[in-house]
Order: sequence, then structure tokens, then C-alpha cells
Amino acid sequence: MNLATKYLKLDLKNPLVASASPLSSKIEDIKKLEDAGVSAVVMYSLFEEQITHETYELQYHLTHGTESFAESLTYFPEPEDFVRGPDQYLEHIRKAKMSVKIPIIGSLNGHSAGGWTDYAKKIQEAGADALELNIYFLPTDTKNTGAKIEQTYLDILKLVKSAVKIPVAVKLSPYFSSMANMAKRLDDAGADGLVLFNRFYQPDIDLENLEVVPNVLLSTRFANRLPLRWIGILYGHIKASLAATSGVHEHFDVIKLIMAGADATMLCSALLKNGIPHVSKILKDMETWMEDHEYESLRQMRGSMSHKSVDNPAAFERANYMKALQSYKPG
Amino acid sequence: MPREKIIVDGNEAAALPAYKASEVIAIYPITPSSPMGEWADAWAAAKKPNLWGTVPLVQEMQSEGGAAGAVHGALQAGALTTTFTASQGLLLMIPNMFKIAGELTSTVFHVSARTLATHALSIFGDHSDVMATRGTGFALLASNSVQEVTDFALIAHASTLESRVPFLHFFDGFRTSHEVAKIESLSEEDIRAMISDELVAAHRARALSPDRPFIRGTAQNPDVFFQSREAANKFFDNCPGIVQKVMDKFGKVTGRSYKLFEYHGAPDAERVIVAMGSGVETIHETVNALISKGEKVGLIKVRLYRPFSFQHFAFALPKSVKVLSVLDRTKEPGAPGDPLYLDVVDALNEIRSLDPKSPQPKVTGGRYGLSSKEFTPGMVKGIFDELKKDSPKNHFTIGIDDDVTRTSLPYDPDFSVEKPGEVQAIFFGLGADGTVSANKNSIKIIGDDTPNYAQGYFVYDSKKSGSVTVSHLRFGPEMIRSPYLVNRAQFVGCHQFNFLEKFDVLGKIVEGGVFLLNSSFGPDAVWDNIPRHVQEQLIAKKARFFVIDGYRVARDNNMGTRINTIMQTCFFAISGVLPKEDAIKAIKDSIRKAYGKKGEEIVQMNFKAVDQALAHLHEVKVPAQATGKIGTKPIVSEKAPDFVKKVLAPIMAGRGDELPVSAFPVDGTFPVGTTQWEKRCIAQDIPVWDEKVCIQCGKCVLVCPHAVIRAKVFDEKLAAGAPKEFKTAKPMNRDFQGMLYTIQVAPDDCTGCGLCVEVCPAKNKQETRLKAINMTPLPPILERERKNWDFYLTLPELDRKKIKPAEIRYNQFLQPLFEFSGACAGCGETPYIKLVSQLFGDRAIISNATGCSSIYGANLPTTPYAANRDGRGPAWSNSLFEDNAEFGMGYRLAIDKQKELAGELLRKLASQVGEDLAKGILEAKQTDEPAIFEQRERVAALKNKLKGINSPSAQLLLSLSDYLVKKSVWIIGGDGWAYDIGFGGLDHVIASGRDVNILVLDTEVYSNTGGQMSKATPCGAVAKFAEGGKTMPKKDLGFIAMTYGGVYVASVAMGARDDHSVRAFLEAESYPGPSLIIAYSHCIAHGINMTLGMQEQKNAVASGYWPLYRYNPLLAAQGKNPFQLDSAAPTISFEQYAYRQNRFKMLTKSHPEEAKVLLEKAQASVSSRRKLYENFAAMPSTEGKAPEAQASAAPTSAAPGKAPESKEVN
Repeated sequence: MNLATKYLKLDLKNPLVASASPLSSKIEDIKKLEDAGVSAVVMYSLFEEQITHETYELQYHLTHGTESFAESLTYFPEPEDFVRGPDQYLEHIRKAKMSVKIPIIGSLNGHSAGGWTDYAKKIQEAGADALELNIYFLPTDTKNTGAKIEQTYLDILKLVKSAVKIPVAVKLSPYFSSMANMAKRLDDAGADGLVLFNRFYQPDIDLENLEVVPNVLLSTRFANRLPLRWIGILYGHIKASLAATSGVHEHFDVIKLIMAGADATMLCSALLKNGIPHVSKILKDMETWMEDHEYESLRQMRGSMSHKSVDNPAAFERANYMKALQSYKPG
Repeated sequence: MPREKIIVDGNEAAALPAYKASEVIAIYPITPSSPMGEWADAWAAAKKPNLWGTVPLVQEMQSEGGAAGAVHGALQAGALTTTFTASQGLLLMIPNMFKIAGELTSTVFHVSARTLATHALSIFGDHSDVMATRGTGFALLASNSVQEVTDFALIAHASTLESRVPFLHFFDGFRTSHEVAKIESLSEEDIRAMISDELVAAHRARALSPDRPFIRGTAQNPDVFFQSREAANKFFDNCPGIVQKVMDKFGKVTGRSYKLFEYHGAPDAERVIVAMGSGVETIHETVNALISKGEKVGLIKVRLYRPFSFQHFAFALPKSVKVLSVLDRTKEPGAPGDPLYLDVVDALNEIRSLDPKSPQPKVTGGRYGLSSKEFTPGMVKGIFDELKKDSPKNHFTIGIDDDVTRTSLPYDPDFSVEKPGEVQAIFFGLGADGTVSANKNSIKIIGDDTPNYAQGYFVYDSKKSGSVTVSHLRFGPEMIRSPYLVNRAQFVGCHQFNFLEKFDVLGKIVEGGVFLLNSSFGPDAVWDNIPRHVQEQLIAKKARFFVIDGYRVARDNNMGTRINTIMQTCFFAISGVLPKEDAIKAIKDSIRKAYGKKGEEIVQMNFKAVDQALAHLHEVKVPAQATGKIGTKPIVSEKAPDFVKKVLAPIMAGRGDELPVSAFPVDGTFPVGTTQWEKRCIAQDIPVWDEKVCIQCGKCVLVCPHAVIRAKVFDEKLAAGAPKEFKTAKPMNRDFQGMLYTIQVAPDDCTGCGLCVEVCPAKNKQETRLKAINMTPLPPILERERKNWDFYLTLPELDRKKIKPAEIRYNQFLQPLFEFSGACAGCGETPYIKLVSQLFGDRAIISNATGCSSIYGANLPTTPYAANRDGRGPAWSNSLFEDNAEFGMGYRLAIDKQKELAGELLRKLASQVGEDLAKGILEAKQTDEPAIFEQRERVAALKNKLKGINSPSAQLLLSLSDYLVKKSVWIIGGDGWAYDIGFGGLDHVIASGRDVNILVLDTEVYSNTGGQMSKATPCGAVAKFAEGGKTMPKKDLGFIAMTYGGVYVASVAMGARDDHSVRAFLEAESYPGPSLIIAYSHCIAHGINMTLGMQEQKNAVASGYWPLYRYNPLLAAQGKNPFQLDSAAPTISFEQYAYRQNRFKMLTKSHPEEAKVLLEKAQASVSSRRKLYENFAAMPSTEGKAPEAQASAAPTSAAPGKAPESKEVN
């Protein structure tokens, strides 16, 4: 069975890519992922905040309270050099590359066009095969227009593209007025891939303490409906490769997303829930399903159920909304 | 070839050659010598090799006594060994110094000479410590300047190897140890050339070795000890010649020549001063100035004080001399003269007996510069002027006004020595704004980028929060010799606008000088907003005046309150010290150098600040007339007591130097409660109470480190006179129905730390970001809150008898008798001390180890321990760092004895004073506030009766009767004391069974001296002397104490469970034997956001790292398990606790691999300790009694063998 696929100009042995998650923070886990069968690993993200805030924080703590009192002019020894968080990240990529054969995709997470994008180049130098740019921005300023935000996305992408030669994917949120247009503009700006979609951490309210608390919810299988729709719509309209992320839990999910047009499907929650060996199960189940349904390769099925390939494209569109409502029966 | 110049302070200058010439370095922190050890430790951590290519072993010990012992041992085993110390630390080394010298062992102790504690502690410099070692046999070699420090450090190492006499190389604490100067460095080749490997081999050959065994350190009897003691004489006789030979060699190697006694002055000098230390430099430049005016004056610089060489001294003495004045920077009360003076008098006699034709000058002796008191050219001239008299004053003092014993000489304070081409500058700043860092950086820039010499000296505050700094900088083409503060400044920078009203900022500016002010008022508005006297000074001095809104530029660049780069840029832009463009480039280069390793973001942030500083710098046109309406304000309130107004207020205003001797108490005794008069007003935001949201829990009052939040309940009628905006609420506590409840903040005393807001559990239901107490910008509410606070103070304190002490909502009505200390904003220690003062303050006597708590507890000008309206409050004293437990036990012994005597007398006089009264007093339990109140009433009645009985016994009892009221002895100190230097004493005191309460404020590091590792430091934390992270887990002091069985032990963390802390304090105090409370004290040295200090405490407990427990021997007496583990099983990992704090997190950046290992080790240690404690707590009840040792040794209440009565609070 040929499960091979091409994602970000990289030849992958199958479409199962480990998405950015804590699973890539240990080299031994990356090795386990390779052994279980994933075709590439997206490293956990290096955050813009990590790069900038960590620097400020260190500076603050090394200067706070100093040169104030004659007996304690400083409070910490000052080492000759610091291995900062970003440096450790780069070192981790270097080590990962030495430890496994599968491609390693770096991940940068930020929201402004600033100095932090320099790290794209450093990630390339550390040996990453590609870079995933996770533009995570939640505009709360009522004066900030959609157009301006979209431009920021494009500016960040261009900045990064001009700095590196390795392929660059952009991981997006679905909250654009015109998702398809945005995808196209990113495609035109040089994105080598689009990763659909970023799942925002949704805040929760702690009723006892009256506090807003971050709450990490693992995805369920149903979450793949959103990427399924947009991959289906975008397939064939843009040059960039498409990766589906969110709700990829079982072989059915992978197959559906590939049929919608995905080049790669990314796993996170499923592995956090079921453990790394779950990859092998999905691969095995995929092969069985494909055999049962007489598919020879993944290429055969890619895009076969996309917006442009199905007999009822309206099902991807608003019309489907009415249908969905009609199908609902109070239980 | 010009030699490389470096910019260093005296400590680094000493440490450089010391490190290179040593193999073992035993250290212990003490101001002002700690940086020498810190440098050595940092270089060892960076694997910097010594002269023989190996990295010296740097070992922190538990005390200076320990360091000296380790040095002695290392020397005996053949290593080249050194140490660094000062003051009391040096005294602790004396026993070993006698041994080391007696055994003719080569070593060098580098000492930043510091004042010994006498009537008061002082961290500053004089020679009292060094002079106390005169009898040890160490050679005493004095350096007078930073250049000499590095040179003489090497000369000492070379000389000791050849002479076999150990050396104490010293220089003036702070004045030299902390002066930053540009000096010629010693190259590796220089050091190599001076240290002979042959002599090193000889040193090793003298070492103990089982391969060629001998015995050293025998005991000797009257028959031979004396002769043996004299057997070493030749080595001491030869030593001066060897040192001079080494100095001559050094001169050949480096081009810098020195003499044992070096004469400088007119060849025909008639009046000559003899001195050593930094003051010599002042005399040197004054001599030059006076010679240029035709005066016949000179100076003998004493380099090698001991062994004292008459021959070399005689050689240095000019033949023309008629009168000598010998200056000592120490005081030996009762001596016929101070030491250098006596030695010179004797030397002259010796010289005269050998050569009757030698000069026979008159000799006077004088004292100067104790505790870094300024020593200026005016004072030197004053001495030379005195020597012109036929009978110059002997045993004089200079630099003070001794209006009591009339020892002081007059001098002209305005006399100054002109030095062409030298620029002098003064900068007034806050510690938090980075002014000192900026100035140190400017010195580096000027020193590195120009041929100019540079000097910087920094004067710091006595407070740790809101501290003021004054920087004194000099730059010039010639070597700078002036070891005294700038008195004629061409440039004055004032980095805080409000200083204009507090200090005489422009007092030292020269005519035509430049004044830079950080001002939120722009160039057009600033003139009308500065005080009139500043306007007048600017006009009179024809000064140029510039303003910059430094805080705005800082805000715009995400720099918070640090305006260092901004103000530094402005200084260079307008001072003309360097061409502007060159200076800006140099600033940027230095920014990259300083911040590059921390990240490009910081570099770019500072670059932007430089550019924007220039854009926001404006010159102000100085009008011809002063028009200001703003005047100066009185330093303290009119209501302050006379002593505060006349003595403490001038000190607060920076004019303490002007006070005469008669102003001061003769024995170091000061009144309490003086911080209330020092209204510093340093907060930008203060908490404001929302009475509608408040649930009256008292937590904000409890945690306030500065006792600025107070709660009271009071009679409704009293509210009639309240200011309109004074807030009250109906008490929720039913015990106080019909009264009013209030919470009030002292606006001038608050530091704005925000701890109170963080712990407030009540949230505003309409807007959950608000609590019952909220930080609010101070300026708009300052006057309102001042009125409210004044009114609050008029309200009566609640009757202590009505308070349930174990409940925070009650006990926080208790008046704190520890208020407004100068501790760091958000301090984690002071809330515990305040709690002691609330619960027991009116009968507490406190012995306090030296450290943070003794500094914020008792550093002049004002002190925080206070008295209540009855005049009662904590009596406080500090003995030393190392003996605090013993000192406190001494209190206990005295109190117990005097109570016992009072009891004996009372029994004897029972029939005269009334049997019932006597019985009532003798049998009183005094277990709670009402009972103590009743006892006080009885004792008052007793006193009345005794007044009428005219017998010696009655009068004796009258003087002792206050001891019949229970006294609470508290022994307070930090972990440096309890875990390290004072542990032996602490151990002995808890083993004594005496009723003392020991409070260990555990910050897990030597906080006061800048964060050196103690045995309380946790595994994996970075500290000074543990740059690579501490590898061993924290010592379990509580567990050690519990092994005695008869010691009450508690581990508390107020931020985790405040009620637990209160309960432990009450139980400890009521326990009639020794009690030990180990209190988690978050600290600035943890690298945390201090506002969240209590949250850090909570996490420490939640992770299991800091268990809460109580071990109460009284429970054992009841057949119960005495150990109660009061904290639940961990809910977060050690990592989750630790990595919020820079002390742990920093290791992941400096030594990431080590950090992982130590994190695992630390977690394992936390887990195993938890398990141990769980097992301990689960042990079945014991059916024993209170341990015999404890009960029998505690004479306060229990009879031997009988368990003391339980007063456990539940």
C-alpha cells in the first residue's frame, strides 16, 4: 500500500505528522514517534513571548533591587553566558535532527512583525527541514480592522520567507471574514503550506475564585469538520500544500481529510490521549480500510471528495446549513 | 610600552592577583569584603586558571572562624591558600591567625578594613579590625588606593612566600574596596615574575605528609614555650627587608616603585604627617597643594605597619622635620594613644637611642575617619595649621565637632585642592532607577575610550526600599587621588524630581556648571515647578539647566522605571566630557557588551532609549530672577520629640556630619518608635480600602510588611470628629456590635508593594478585578489620606483583653509595635516580626542576629520598634551575627534569676504587702492577655505598697517587681545565623531547655550581604558561591531540633496558611521551654515578583517543598504524637514551584544540563522528606511524659519531671 505523500515539498512516507505539542519536547519521544510510524514531527512552538519576555524577565530579575543598598549591590551571580530558552530550542532541533531520519519541522508562534522572526533563520540553521509559522493573534482592540490584521499576517510571512530557504507553512485560525481569500493571499505571498486550523486555548471561568482561567481541552473527532470543510474548499485553488489539524483521531479521520484534499494530517490530542503507539494503529487501520476498499495509494483518493470534485459542492457551503438543520430531530 | 589599564573597584583589584596566586580559597561573606569572594567564586565557576593552569578550589565555610580553620588546614597540607574578610569576621579569625603566624606559614588574608561594632554596628571603613590583630604575628601591609590594592596584593603573596611571615593585606572598606578606578593592571607575566616556584616548592615541602611525617602543634610547658616563642624572631626581623626587596623587584617588573615607609613632600619639610590607608592619598594631594604655596610640609606613608622597621622609618624621616603628627583611623579607648601613634613615638625613641643625632621632632597623635567619616584636604590643612603652633594639640580628632571633651581641631571645610583638567560630577538617584549602574558604565566608557583617569564612589541609603543613591564621579588626565566625596561639581544630575525639595542638590555645583533634571515638566513649565532655593542657586551659579522626561522615554521603550541608559545618554550629550557622537557610539557599544548575552531585545530596547533620550533633552532658559513659590518643608513634624528634631532629623536630611559629639547618647542607647517621624512618601500607588466589599478578615493587615495597613474597631461616637472621607463599616464580628470598623493606610509610610491586594480574598461582585483593597495612584489622594491617617491615630486601641489571639480577624486589631521599617518593599520577613510585636510586643525582649532584620530593625536614622500608649513595647538589641542564640539566652537567664529573686523577696515580705496579694502574684499563671493584665494590676499594687516600706528588701523588690510579669524572650535572625554561623549556639540554647522563642526568618540565602548560599539554600537554586546551583538539599533544621524531644518546633509559611502561623507563634510562646519557629520568608534574592511573595509561599507548601508542621512536646506528655503534619499532600510539582523563581530558573540558562539533574534531585528530596514526615505524623501515640531534660531544665513553671501545663491553642 502506498501511503506516500508530499507536504511542504518534503516526501513523506505517510500523511501522519505529529503536530506541535509537548510530545516533541523530549528526544526519546521524538524517536518513539518515528518508531511508531509518523512521517514528520512538528516541534513544539517557540513563542514570540518566550523570546522577548524571557529576555525582559531575566534582565528584570538580575537588576531588581541592585545598586540600592551598600551591603547587597547585587543578588545573583552573573554567569559569563546564558543559554536562553530560544537557544535551548535550537539545540533541541539540532539534537532531534541527529536522532531521527524523518523530517523535523520547526515551529514559531507569534503575532507581530518583530525581531523574533529572526529565529526563523536560526531554526533553519539548526537543521529544521521546514518551518511552521503559527500566527496566533486574538485581536481585542475594537479599533483594529480586519484588513490591518490580515496585512500583519502577510507581513510576518514575507519577513520569514525572506529570511529562510526552507519551506514555510502558516498555521491559521479559521476566523477570517473571507477564509478562502486569505488563504489565497498567503499562497500568493509565498506560503508553502497552510495548516488548518489552529485551536485556540479557550478561557474558562472559575466560579469559586471569580477568575478567568486558561483551560486546555483536547480535541474530539468532531473538531475535524472545520478543516475538512476548508480543505475541501481550498483544494485545487491554491499552490500551497494543505495540512489538516484538529480532530484527527482515527484512520477514518485521516482518510476523510485526505479525500477532502489534505496533503498531511496532524496528530496531537489523539496521541496525548492514547499514547504514541496509537500512530501504528491508525496506519494499520488505514491500510486495512484501503485494502478493503481497493485503494492502491493515497494519491488516488486525495481531493476526491473536495469541493470541486464532489457532485454536490453545495454541501460544503451555506446550503448545507439548511440541510443540517432539517436533519435534526428532537430526541 | 603602556601597560593595560582596567577599571575595577578595590575588591576586584585585590581578588585578581590573590586568585592567580592561590590554590585554595576559603570564604565567608561579610561586608565590605564579600565581593572578593564572589569574584573568586565566579572565576572558578568560569574555569579561569591560576598561575599554574589549574582552577583554584573556592569553598564557602559556615563562618569566618570556619574559613580561618580551613585556611589553616589547607596551609598545613601544603596548598597556597588565601581568604578575604573584614571587621568581626577578622576577629573570628584571630585564634587561627596566632597559630598560622606561630607556625611561620605563608598566606595572605586580604581585608577590606571595616569598623568593629562597639556602641553600634557600622559596615563602613576604619582600621579598628586590623589593629585588633596586631598581636597575632601577621605582617600588616596597607594599600592606600585601588592601584596599590592590586599591587600590594601581589607584593604580599610574594613576600609571604619568602619571609614565611603570614600577611594581612588591608585597604579601607568602602572608600577603597568599593571605589571604582582606572588602574594599570597586572599581567599574567607580572604575577609570574613575582611568584617564585622555588619558594612555592619550599612551602609545600613544609607541609604535613604521611610520606615524611612530623608533628606540628604540640603542647609545651613552662620550661620551653618561651624559648620556642622567641625562636622565630629572625623571621620577623628579616621580614621588612624582604618586603622592600620584593617591592624593589616589583618596581623593576611593573615600573611602579614603593617603599615600606615612603616620604612625600618638601625636602625641607618641618611639619610631617604619618598615616596609612586611603587618607594618605588625601594628604598626598594636600601636601602638593600646600608646597606650591611655599609651605614646608610632608607625609610619611606607612606601607608595612608590622613588622615595624625602625631603620626604614628612620630612613624615611626628613632631617628637617620639627613636628610629626601621626594619624590613626581607629580608637583604643583608655590607651595612652592610638596604635600607630604609639609605635611612632617608640620608634623615635629607639632611633634616638641608636643615633642621638637623628631628628627629634615633637609628636602629636590624632584620630580621623572612623566608620568612613570623610577625610578631606581641608582637614589635612587643619592638621598642618595646628602643627604650626608652639604647643600643637595632642590626641586630637579631626572631622568632627567634639564639643564634649574638646579634642577636635578646627578646619576650613571649603578648602579644596584644584586639579586642572579634572571634571567632577554628582548624581542623585534612586536605587531602582539604575543611576549607579549608569555611572559605573560611564566610568568604564570614559576610562576605556579616552586616556583619562576615572574614579567613582557611591553613597547608598540606610533603607532597602525607596533607597536614595548619590554618585560621585571624577575624570581627568592625571591619576586621581581624591578618596573623598566630590565637593565642587561641574555637573549635577538629579534623576528624581522630588529630591529638589528633600536635598541640597545644587549645593556643590560650581559657577557655570551644568544641571540635568529628570522632570515630567517640559522646558517651558519646569521653572515654575521647582523650589525657589533651586532657582536661586541656578541663577547665582550661572548654571546651564537641562531637562528630560526620563520616565516617559523609559515608558515608551518598555523599560519600566529604569532610566539609567536615558540619563547616561543625556549626561554625555551635555557634559562635554567626550565629543557627543563618540560618546553615543561608546554607549551603544557598551550596551551591546553588557546586554548582548541576555538577548537582542534588550539591546535594541536600550538603543532606542539612547536615540529617544537625545530627542527629548531640552535646555531651559534660566530667568534672571527667582520667582518660585515652592519652599522647603520641615524634615519632621512639629509634633516630633526634641531628640528626633535635633538629632535624627538632620541625619534624615543628609546632614548628620554636622552634628556635634554632645548630640549623641554616650552608650548607643536610642529611643524607640522613631520611624513614625520619617515620612518618606516613596510609593507611587497605595492600597485604598473599599468598605463595601471588605469581609473584615484582617489578612491585608497581617501581611503588610511595613505595618502601614491598620484595622480598628471603635466607639461610634468617636466618628463625630472624623474627616468627611474617613471610611467605616459596621463590624461583621458580633463581639463588636454597636461599634465601627475601619481599615486605614499610612500613605507616607507605604512602599506600594501590593502584597495586601494579592492576599485580599474579597472580590467586587460588579467588577471582579477589584478587591476590598485596591492599589490607587497616590498623588491625588495623598492629602486626603494623610488627614484620614492622622485621625485614625487618635482613635483608641482596642482593649487587648477582648481579643482572641488565635483568630486573625481579632488579632489584627492588636497594635503593631514594629512599624515603617526600611525593609525591601514586599519583604517576607517583616510580617512575622510584626506579628510577634502584636501578640507579645508589650512584654517582649528581642535579641537579633546581625543581618537584614538587624539592619531594617535598627539602622539609623530611624528605627521601627515602637511602644504602645502605656509606654510598653519590644526591647531590642543586637550582639553579633554568630552569638545571637547565646545572647538571647543571656536575657532569659537574667530574667529568670531576677524573677526568682523577686519571688523570694515577695515571699519574705508577704506579711507586709499582704498575703493575698503575694499569693496572687506568685501563683499567677499568666497564660493569656486577661491573666497578664491582672498580674500587671497586682504588681502595680505591690509597687504602691513597697513604696511605703522602708527596708532594703522592699526597695530591692521594688526595683525587681516588673520581672514578676511574664516576659517573652525572642531570638530572631536569618538562616545565615541559624543554619550556619550561629548553629552551634542555637543548638546549645535549644538543648538548655530554657524558655526562649527562636524565630528563624528563612530566606534560604544570606540576603543582607547580597545572596550568598547558606545551608538553608535549596538544591538546584543558584546563589552567590553556588553559581552552578546548590548540589545538596537544604538542611532540615527543624528535624534536628525535634530530635531533642523537648523543643517546640514549627515550620510555617504565612502566605500558605496564615492561621497556622499564628497558632504556631502562640503555641511556641506559651511553651515553657525552648521553641523554634522556622518561617518561610520570600525575599528579593529569590528573583520573584515581590508583589506575589505570599503566592510563592503558597506554592512552596503546595509542592511539598515547605511542609507546615508543629512538634509540640506537650502532646507527648499527654500520650499523643507530638508531631502534627499540617500541610496536605503535594498538589503541584517542585518544578512548578521552583521555576517561577529566578534563583532556580537561572540555572536552566546558565547550566541547563546541571539544572535538570538538580531538579530531579530536589524533587526526590522533597518526596522523601514528605514521606518521612508522613510516617512521623502517623506514628502511634506515645505514652510518655515530656522529656525530662526539657522539663527539669525549664525552671519557669514546671517542677522537675512533671510535664508543663499545656497551653496549646486550638
